[in-house]
Amino acid sequence: MKLTGKAYKFSDDINTDLIISGRYKFSTLDMKELAKHVMEDVDPEFSQKVKPGESFIVAGRNFGCGSSREQAPLAIKEAGVVAVIAQSFARIFYRNAVNVGLTVLEGDTGGIEEGDCLEVDLEKHLIRDEDKKKEIKIKPLPEIMVRVLAEGGLAAYFKKYGGFKLP
Amino acid sequence: MRKTIAEKILSKHAGKEVRAGEIVVAEVDFVLAQDGTAPLAIQAFQEMEGRKVFDKDKVTFIIDHNSPSPNQRVSSLHKTMREFSREMGFPIYDVGEGICHQVIMEGRHALPGQLVVGADSHTCTYGALNCFSTGVGSTDLAASLISGKLWFKVPGTMKFILKGKLPAGVYSKDMILYLIGERGAEGANYKAIEFTGELINELSVESRFTITNMVVEMGAKVGIMNVDDKTREWIKEHSNLSALSLYPVEADEGAVYEEVLEYDFSSLEPQVAKPHRVDNVSPVGEVAGKKIDQAFLGTCTNGRLEDLRVAAGILKGREVHPEVRFIVAPASKEVFLKAMREGIITVLIESGAAVINPGCGACVGTHAGVPANGEVVLSTANRNFKGRMGNAKASIYLASPATVAASAIEGKITDPRKYDRGQSTEDR
Ligand code: SF4
Repeated sequence: MKLTGKAYKFSDDINTDLIISGRYKFSTLDMKELAKHVMEDVDPEFSQKVKPGESFIVAGRNFGCGSSREQAPLAIKEAGVVAVIAQSFARIFYRNAVNVGLTVLEGDTGGIEEGDCLEVDLEKHLIRDEDKKKEIKIKPLPEIMVRVLAEGGLAAYFKKYGGFKLP
Repeated sequence: MRKTIAEKILSKHAGKEVRAGEIVVAEVDFVLAQDGTAPLAIQAFQEMEGRKVFDKDKVTFIIDHNSPSPNQRVSSLHKTMREFSREMGFPIYDVGEGICHQVIMEGRHALPGQLVVGADSHTCTYGALNCFSTGVGSTDLAASLISGKLWFKVPGTMKFILKGKLPAGVYSKDMILYLIGERGAEGANYKAIEFTGELINELSVESRFTITNMVVEMGAKVGIMNVDDKTREWIKEHSNLSALSLYPVEADEGAVYEEVLEYDFSSLEPQVAKPHRVDNVSPVGEVAGKKIDQAFLGTCTNGRLEDLRVAAGILKGREVHPEVRFIVAPASKEVFLKAMREGIITVLIESGAAVINPGCGACVGTHAGVPANGEVVLSTANRNFKGRMGNAKASIYLASPATVAASAIEGKITDPRKYDRGQSTEDR
C-alpha cells in the first residue's frame, strides 16, 4: 500500500499536551471538535492548513511523549493526517496510535522539509521524498502491530479475533 | 536462564520463560483508569462488544483529574463512568478520594511481583513497591478490562545503582530531576529501570515513589525497586489484611542489563527543571531569584504526607509572600486526614496556603489554579510542558517540596537549604 501527501514539519519532543491541550481534551469525546485544536500550541493554523488524506506530520525525536491519553493520536487521525513520521516515538503514544488505527512510521526525518511531497511504500518500508529525490528507510512494526493496523485498530482486531492472537 | 525483575514478572504472568525483546500476552493483576481516560475506554469497551469486566475485584476507576467537576460537560463524562462501574459491579474512587496512583497503592491494588496496567502514564509509580506497572492508552485498557490480559514487549533493563548520603535539604525529587536532566527525555525510552544501591535503602518508601513516578519522563516503561523491610511496613500500614502474603521478585545474579550506571549523590544540590521540558534541569542556584506568581505543592509525585511535612517544617511561623498564591493539594484523603491530625494543614493554611481537596488539582490545567499569561509557576509536579497547567503562555518550573515552600516564602525561586536544615535521611 502507498500513502502520499505533503510534509508538515515539527521539532523534537512534541508532547501530548502540545498535540492536544488539556484545555480541550478533558471535556469531550467529540474528536471532530478536538481535531480543530490539534497542534494548536505549536502551530495555531495547523488544523486549517492540513488537507485531509494528503498530509503527513513529520517530526524529530520522541514524538508523543507525556500522557497516555488517546485523544492525542485520535485528534491527529480525525484531522485527516495520513501518518506521523518521526525519528523516534514515545512508547505509549506509539502503541496508542496503532490501537486507534493511526499509522506511525519511524525513520530518519532529518532531511525532510516542510512542504516536501512524500510517498510512503508500506510493503517496502520506504519513504520517498519527491522534492529531495531521496529514499528513507522505515523501521518495520512488530507483527502484532501490523495486524492491529491492518484491521484499522485494536477494537476491530479484538472483535475479529476475540482476544490477542500472537503471530 | 538468569533474569531481570521485568523478565521475571512478565515470564510469570505469561506462563512461560521470556526474555527482553520478546512479545508476550500476559495476565494482569489489576486494571485502572481515571476520568481523563476512562470515558474513551468505555467507548472502546463497547466497540469491542465487551459485556463484562474480567474480574470486578481487579478493576477500578478513579475520578481525580477534574475533581470535583469544573463544568457540565465533564460532569456528564463522570456520570458515564459511575454508571458503567455500577453496571459492571466494580467500585470506583469518586471525588475526594485522591489521585489514582496514591489510592491504588494505599488500597493495596498494586503489590510486589504483580503486573498492573493503568490508563495513565504515571502508573509506573508502583514500581517502588516491586510491582511491574505501566501506563497504557484507553483502547489497550478496554482490551484488558474484557480479557484480563494484554500484550507486552518485554523491555530491556537499565540498572541504576544509587549511592551516597543525601545532604540536608536535598530530596529524592532532586535525585530524579538530576537523572532526567542527565539522561534526557528519551534516555530510557521503552526500557525498564532497576533502581538499587545503598541510597535507595536509605530512602523512605514515599521518597521512592517520587523516583519511580518520574521514570516515564525519561521514556521508561517501568522503574522497579526491591522489597525491603520499609516496603513491607508501608504495605502493612495501608493494608486491611493483617497477614498479607507478598511475592517479591529479585533479579538474578548475572541477569543481562543493557546498561549499568552508578551515581553518588553525596554532594547533590537541589535541582530545578526549567520551562518547558522536564529534562531542562539545573541546580537551584542557576535559577534562584526568578520571581514566581504561584507555588503548587501536590500531585502523584510530591503530594504525600512527608512532602506536606517538609513544607510545613519550612513554613511554620513564616508567611507566604504576598504576591504568591500557594496552592496545596494532598494526594489522597488518607494523606489529608493524617496531615490534619498532625497539624500540618493548620501550619500550611496559617502561612497563607490555599488547601484544595485531594486530587490532581492544578496539575493538568483544567481547574483549581490555571496561571495567567506570562505568569511563572513553581510546582512539585512531574511535568512542565507548555500549556500543561492550562495556559501555554505561562511558564512552569519543577522542584522538590522544600524548594517550593522556601520559594513561596520569598516570592522567587530560592535554595531551600537556607530554611531546611534537613532531618535524618530516615525520615525522608
Ligand atoms: S497528579 Fe498530575 S501527573 Fe499525577 S495523575 Fe494527576 S494529572 Fe497525572
